[in-house]
Amino acid sequence: MLQIAFFSVLNGLVYGMLLFMLASGLTLIFGMMGVLNFAHAGFYMLGAYFAFTLGLSIGFWPALVLAPLLVGVAGALVERYGLRRVHRFGHVAELIFTFGVALLIDEAVALVWGRPARGYQIPAVLDVPLFRVFGASFPAYKAFMLLVAVAIFVFIFLILTRTRAGLIIQASLTHPGMVAMLGHNVPRVFMVVFGIGSALAGLAGVIAGPVLGTFPGMAQVLGSIVFVVVVIGGLGSLTGAFVASLLIGIVQTFAVALDVSVGQVLMAVGVPAGASAALHDIWKVTVAQVAPIMPFLLLIIVLMVRPTGLFGTRET
Amino acid sequence: MSTPAPATTRPLAAGRAVPTDRRRLYGLWIAAAVVLLALPHVIRTPVGVPIMNQMGIAIVFALSYNMLLGQAGMLSFGHAVYFGLGGFIAAHVLNLAGRGSLYVPVPLVPLVGGLGGLLAAAVLGSFSTARAGTVFAMISLGVAELMAASSLIFDRFFGGEEGITTNRAKAPLLFGLSFTKDREVYYLIAFWVLVAAAAMYAFSRTPVGRMANAVRDNPERAEFVGYSQRRVRFVSFCAAGLFAGVGGGLFAINYEILTAENMGLNASGAVLLMTYIGGIGYFVGPIMGAVVFTFLQSMLSDYTGIWLLYLGILFLATVLFVPTGLAGVLMLHAPAWRARRLPRLFGPYLLAAGLALVAAVGIVGLMEMVHFIASADASRGAKRLFWVSVAPRTVTPWLVFAALAAAGGLGLRWAAPRAAAAFVEASRPGPGR
Repeated sequence: MLQIAFFSVLNGLVYGMLLFMLASGLTLIFGMMGVLNFAHAGFYMLGAYFAFTLGLSIGFWPALVLAPLLVGVAGALVERYGLRRVHRFGHVAELIFTFGVALLIDEAVALVWGRPARGYQIPAVLDVPLFRVFGASFPAYKAFMLLVAVAIFVFIFLILTRTRAGLIIQASLTHPGMVAMLGHNVPRVFMVVFGIGSALAGLAGVIAGPVLGTFPGMAQVLGSIVFVVVVIGGLGSLTGAFVASLLIGIVQTFAVALDVSVGQVLMAVGVPAGASAALHDIWKVTVAQVAPIMPFLLLIIVLMVRPTGLFGTRET
Repeated sequence: MSTPAPATTRPLAAGRAVPTDRRRLYGLWIAAAVVLLALPHVIRTPVGVPIMNQMGIAIVFALSYNMLLGQAGMLSFGHAVYFGLGGFIAAHVLNLAGRGSLYVPVPLVPLVGGLGGLLAAAVLGSFSTARAGTVFAMISLGVAELMAASSLIFDRFFGGEEGITTNRAKAPLLFGLSFTKDREVYYLIAFWVLVAAAAMYAFSRTPVGRMANAVRDNPERAEFVGYSQRRVRFVSFCAAGLFAGVGGGLFAINYEILTAENMGLNASGAVLLMTYIGGIGYFVGPIMGAVVFTFLQSMLSDYTGIWLLYLGILFLATVLFVPTGLAGVLMLHAPAWRARRLPRLFGPYLLAAGLALVAAVGIVGLMEMVHFIASADASRGAKRLFWVSVAPRTVTPWLVFAALAAAGGLGLRWAAPRAAAAFVEASRPGPGR
């Protein structure tokens, strides 16, 4: 039991920090432009595929730097030549546009790399157990993922709060008109933030690809969960995204680890369940089966009860 | 040039114009009925009737989706939930009818599906219509994901991986009508398409339909006039769920199987695509979108494995360049039509279309070769593209298709402004020069 708890917390942390790398970019983009970017998980997938292809020729470490940069450029181009165009038609049009981009990325990836999963491997240096505890080992690669994610978190935090560029970005979030008056090119700030957000998603893809699998459906697997994280944390709030990422990450990991059904739980507390056949489907539902539903239930509840999310300051 | 106001927001024609307008409207519906009756006799290919059945189902579904997106301004990412739930309920009822424990003849099954969709929309809509805009879109996505995940758990109702199968031949007969052949099903679908389309059109003309437009355009003002925007959205949502359920019921009759995929995110995405491509500002837009989308889907999927990519490109191009959709583009030409200057546009349009076709052939060729190299095994060296055999592993075809794409693209940059200028000239009010 202790082993399950210990490793669930660790795995939850890794998964949560991975979610945060995606959520941070998404929430920044939302805070700035009011656009929920459906294509965000698509950029995450592009990161994994770029790193896989680049890694074949130049190795994992250069690809770790190069792939996110490429994804960032792709994101900036989408903002410059797509999103800016539909901006004048309103938020619903922007949402529809990013939905289209997400679809296109899915299909383009399937076109270029094929439908089956690609064998994107963990680099040999990191393919070793880091430590053994309670009779199970923790892989070094997961520690590396955690390290990268924490480094990114610190990096974003420092840039946003300690540099002049961060100051301009923060000001553009709340007072775009005033920032433009002061002589800054606000559309360019938007483009750069969109590019950085996409690059972060790409980086998440680079480091998650070998663990979660590199296949054309990988964007859909994570895409909706990241939305949930951003909404629960509060749209536009980095702190909220951080807390919600860890929360969802740990809850999801624990739920998968627990293999008990609703009927068993009710039996344990003395309720004679499982007797009526009509509700048979409900009693045999296990906690692991409910795990995929939980985030969406949370999403709906948060949107109903507190549309600003946990840490958000404004509604969508 | 300014975009004309969508037909749904045009004020009611008043005074003398009403009788002719009304007569023209009835004429249109009668013409539609005649066309629907005649179609299976005109199109005699073996695949024609099944594709038309699919189109009919798509038309009802897309029209119901546009009650949300076009008329009430609600972007839903989970409309297939109501289509699917209606379909599942219809399939279960059809099974009960087949076993004789319930008297429901086949022609009434779409109504059962509609009631199922209405029920689902009333339950799920009670909380999801509380807000508009992005929050509504997110809640609809959450509901869609929730239902997709639940469908794997409740396999009594959803049938797990295999889905629920049914048999329309076992249900009791109404007036001795049996539905064993595709063509008989076609007439049933055509009947319901006409009824549903007429009902949805009528809904858009009722006060509550008009209020949906008002809430879409200016919710605050609608509140000040004394309407609850939430209730107006709820009514629109329920009506849309009802007709989506009718579509689901037709699906259950036509295909005799429903799986969780029918209510998944991809199905919801498809209805957004077809509605938007057709045009959300006009009543006929979703009809055109459903016909074009279904046609492309069934045609392209025979020839290429990447048809969804082409549809995605078509969708993005619509969003970026012609947000009014196909119907919007056609309606833009109404002034030129009235001024009898439409023939003048043929030349410039034909030139632009020809060049666009050249560019499209080039781009499609390039993409198909990428697809070939990525997916086909190395032993195959040639691929048939545009009725010629092409060897994607050599340089020549790449150069040829790239040249076609570049030539078409550059030519279009020259021809498109000319076509636009001709359009502006032809649409100018007053007598022609």
